[in-house]
Amino acid sequence: MINYFKEILVGFWSLLAGMAVTIRYFTKPIVTVQYPRQKLTMSPRYRGHTEFVIDEETRTHRCIACEMCNRICPSQLISLQGVKVDAKKKLPSRYIIAYQYCSLCGLCVEVCPTKALKWSDEYLLCGFTREDSEIDLLRRLQDQQYAKGWPLTPIPRPKPEEPAPAKGEEVKE
Amino acid sequence: MLERGLEEKTYVLNLGPQHPSTHGVLRVELEMEGEFITKADPDIGYGHRGHEHMAENRNYQQFLPNLGRVDYLHALAYNQCYCMAVEKLLGLKVPERAEFIRVITGEMNRISSHLLWLGAYLLDLGAFTPILYCFDDREHILDLLDRVTGSRLTYCYYRFGGVPQDIDEEFVAGTREFIKRLRTRFRDYDNLVTKNVIFIHRTRDVGIITQEQCLEYGLTGPMVRGSGIPYDIRRSEPYSAYPLFDFEIPIGSKGDILDRYLVRVKEMEQSLRIIEQALNKLPEGPIMAEKVPKRIKPAEGEVYAAVEAARGEFGCYVVSQGEVKPYRIKLRVPSFANLSILPELSVDTLVADLVAILGSIDVVVPEIDR
Repeated sequence: MINYFKEILVGFWSLLAGMAVTIRYFTKPIVTVQYPRQKLTMSPRYRGHTEFVIDEETRTHRCIACEMCNRICPSQLISLQGVKVDAKKKLPSRYIIAYQYCSLCGLCVEVCPTKALKWSDEYLLCGFTREDSEIDLLRRLQDQQYAKGWPLTPIPRPKPEEPAPAKGEEVKE
Repeated sequence: MLERGLEEKTYVLNLGPQHPSTHGVLRVELEMEGEFITKADPDIGYGHRGHEHMAENRNYQQFLPNLGRVDYLHALAYNQCYCMAVEKLLGLKVPERAEFIRVITGEMNRISSHLLWLGAYLLDLGAFTPILYCFDDREHILDLLDRVTGSRLTYCYYRFGGVPQDIDEEFVAGTREFIKRLRTRFRDYDNLVTKNVIFIHRTRDVGIITQEQCLEYGLTGPMVRGSGIPYDIRRSEPYSAYPLFDFEIPIGSKGDILDRYLVRVKEMEQSLRIIEQALNKLPEGPIMAEKVPKRIKPAEGEVYAAVEAARGEFGCYVVSQGEVKPYRIKLRVPSFANLSILPELSVDTLVADLVAILGSIDVVVPEIDR
C-alpha cells in the first residue's frame, strides 16, 4: 500500500522534473535559424556541384580535357568533349554535368591532374525539369568571368567534319 | 450470437509500409486475436536498390559513394569497413593520424545516429519534446562533420589508404566544445526521459530478449549488449586505433527495452570519452598512405572486415579476381539480423508494444533492403 502511493508520488515528481527542463529551455534564446530572413554561410568544404577553378594568373580554367573525371565518375554523368587547339594543347569544348545523378563523392575533384575542379557553394539547386539540373561548366565559367570583368574564355568549336553538338544553347544551371 | 453461426476469424492488420513508426518502408503483417498479436511477419524489400550487384560492375573506388547510402545514419562506419577490406586486399598501411581522424569522425557519427534514434523512438512512444532537443545536439555534430567531410548525411569521406582532407584547428576546438555541451545535456535527457514514469512503464519488462535468443538469431550491437553479453567488435576484434583508447562497454541486465535504451545512452557517453582521448593524443603526420596505386587492382583473394556500427556488426566481404572490378561484395548488415527476432518477440503483445519493440531494434530499413 505504501509502495503504491510512493510510486504515484515518484511518478508525479518525474513528470514535474521533465516539465522543469522544458520550462527552463523556454526562457533560453531560439536555436533555430529563421530561414528566409536569416541565412547561413556554407562551410568551406561544402559540396555543391563541381565548377572550374579560375586561375588567378591566366584568368581562365585549367582543364586539359584528359577525361580522367569522366572515367572515374561512378554515375558516368560528365559529358566532356575535347578539341585539339594545337599540336600539344587540348581544351574542352563541352563540359556538362547531369547534376541529378551526382552522389557527391568527390572522386572527380581528387583525380584531376591539374586541379581544375572545385566544389561550388551553390545550394539552391531545385528546378522544375530534368534539364534544369544540367550544368554547363564552360558557360558558368564565362558568367563568373563576366561578373569579375575579366575576358571571357571562348568555347572552342569541334572540327567542322564532326557533327557539331549543341553547346551554347544548353540551359545553364 | 454465437449460436447464429458467427465465425471466429483472425484479423489481419497491415502495419506499414507507410506507417510513421516503421522508420522507412517496412510492412509488418500482423495476425490479431482481439487486441493481441498472434503472428507478426515483417515484409521487406521495398527499397531494394541492388547495392551488392552495383559493386560488381564498377571499380573499387566507384563503389565508395554507395556505402554512405546503405545505412545513412552511421555512414562513416560503413565507409570505414569497405576501406578496411580493400586496404587488407592491397596490403596498405593507414597512417596513424588518418586512423585517429577516422575514429573521431566515426564516433561523432555514432552519437548523431544514437541521438536520432533517441528522438525518433520517443516520438514513437508518444513523447514529442525530446526529438527537438536531440536534433538541436545532432545539428552541432552535422555542422562539425560538414566542415571536415563536406556533406551532412551521406558521407563519402574515407579513401583507400587514409582520408583525403585533414581536420583543422577549428574542428578540434569545436568538437571539444561540443563534448562539454553534450555532457551537460545528458542531465536534461535524464530528467526528460530516463526518469519519466510514463516512459518507464512503457518499456520496462517489454520485449525481453534472453541471451540464448541473442545467440540463436545472431543479434549484434546494443541488442545483444542490452541482454548482458559484452560483445563489441571494437573490443573483441580491435580495428583502426581503438586498442589505444580506454572505454567501457555498457551492458544491460534483463534484456528489455529499457536496458537497450540505457545501453545506447551510455554508449554515447563512452563515444564522447573516445573522442576526447583521440583529440588529446592526435598525432601529427601524413593522412594518406604512401604508394596508393592510382588504378586499384588488388591481387586475387578474399577478405572480410567488420566494424561496430551504431546498430551492430557491419561486415564487408570482398572477393577479388585480380581485376579492376570486384568479383563479389557481400554486405553483412546488422539491422537484417536484428529484425529477424521481431516475430518471436511480438507474440502475445499489443500493437502499441509492438511499436515499442520495433523502435527499440533501431532498424534502418534501406539497410535491410540494400
